[in-house]
Amino acid sequence: MAHSEEQPQVVVLPPDPARIKHLWKVAAILGIITAIEFAVAFGMPHSWHDMRVWTFILMTIVKAAYIVGEFMHLKYEAKVLIWSILIPMVFVVWMLVAFVYEGMAIALVR
Amino acid sequence: MSHTSTVTVPAPGKTEWDGGVSPMNVSYGKLMMWFFLLSDAFTFSALLITYGLVRSAHVAYTGTVEAFKFSSAYWPIPEKVFESVPFFEGLHAPLVFVGIMTFVLIMSSVTMVLAVEAGQRMDRKAVEKWMLWTILGGATFLSCQAWEWAHFIHGAHVGDAVADGTTFFGANLVMNQYGPPDFAGFFFFITGFHGFHVFSGVLLNFLIFYNTVTGVYERRGHYEMVEKVGLYWHFVDLVWVFVFTFFYLV
Repeated sequence: MAHSEEQPQVVVLPPDPARIKHLWKVAAILGIITAIEFAVAFGMPHSWHDMRVWTFILMTIVKAAYIVGEFMHLKYEAKVLIWSILIPMVFVVWMLVAFVYEGMAIALVR
Repeated sequence: MSHTSTVTVPAPGKTEWDGGVSPMNVSYGKLMMWFFLLSDAFTFSALLITYGLVRSAHVAYTGTVEAFKFSSAYWPIPEKVFESVPFFEGLHAPLVFVGIMTFVLIMSSVTMVLAVEAGQRMDRKAVEKWMLWTILGGATFLSCQAWEWAHFIHGAHVGDAVADGTTFFGANLVMNQYGPPDFAGFFFFITGFHGFHVFSGVLLNFLIFYNTVTGVYERRGHYEMVEKVGLYWHFVDLVWVFVFTFFYLV
């Protein structure tokens, strides 16, 4: 018995097919969105500049949501943890908007 | 990652913030990893926001894509800069190579999440398998980036004339053949800082793999370290999603 105490029996649980399938579904979504980004990069004319930029930004946010929500599991964490991570990033987004507009103003006065 | 959460009822007159329970329902290590990643996100945001500021402060190229020529007078179209693929010198394949890199990193994120899933089932063999795939994906990405940097630095096309009339090939931190000096500067700093994260991630992944093989986590009774390093690895993938959009696509 002393020997079996040194080598505790590890119970390996069988994989849950539904969960594995769900993870591959998320992977497929990420792959498809990336493919659409390529389609937009070469399909949408460069003259539609703003349309291109906003499409890319939108698809990036969707991809980020899937990575953070599903792969990093944040979607299933306690609400207070979700908000602790997301609220600071809202200020970062505002900072990005402010500085890009600042840059445009610099371009005008140069 | 089981979806069961223990419902703790605080004593009368006390909230879950008065101690004794974990209000966020995660372990200390995982919570600190989350807050580290938040601070790391600030660092990457600072780099990308500065890039946005400087890029929008530069003149944009207004002509047609077909007629595009490199010049330090305006910001280059990224797909005209990143259009080379290893072993296919002279082939114009815009963004194909960086697309492959993106795919490799996303796949390594998938194998990582499968390693985490296997760890929660105490399935050592499966953790070993998926960690090896993840390490392989990270190493592949780093190799691709090494080639991309070498290509960017040396330049493979005919160098274009820069402002003072001379011809210059490739790029360094002072000047480059593609556009304004800041363009190469941001390329080196943003993809370099991300690449360094990938490099650290591969080292951490190897450490986790080593500990799994030697049975450290099996003796410990849980594979939470795989989950923590997994968070870091997914974050590296997340940052690449943003770098890919703002540096290569927009």
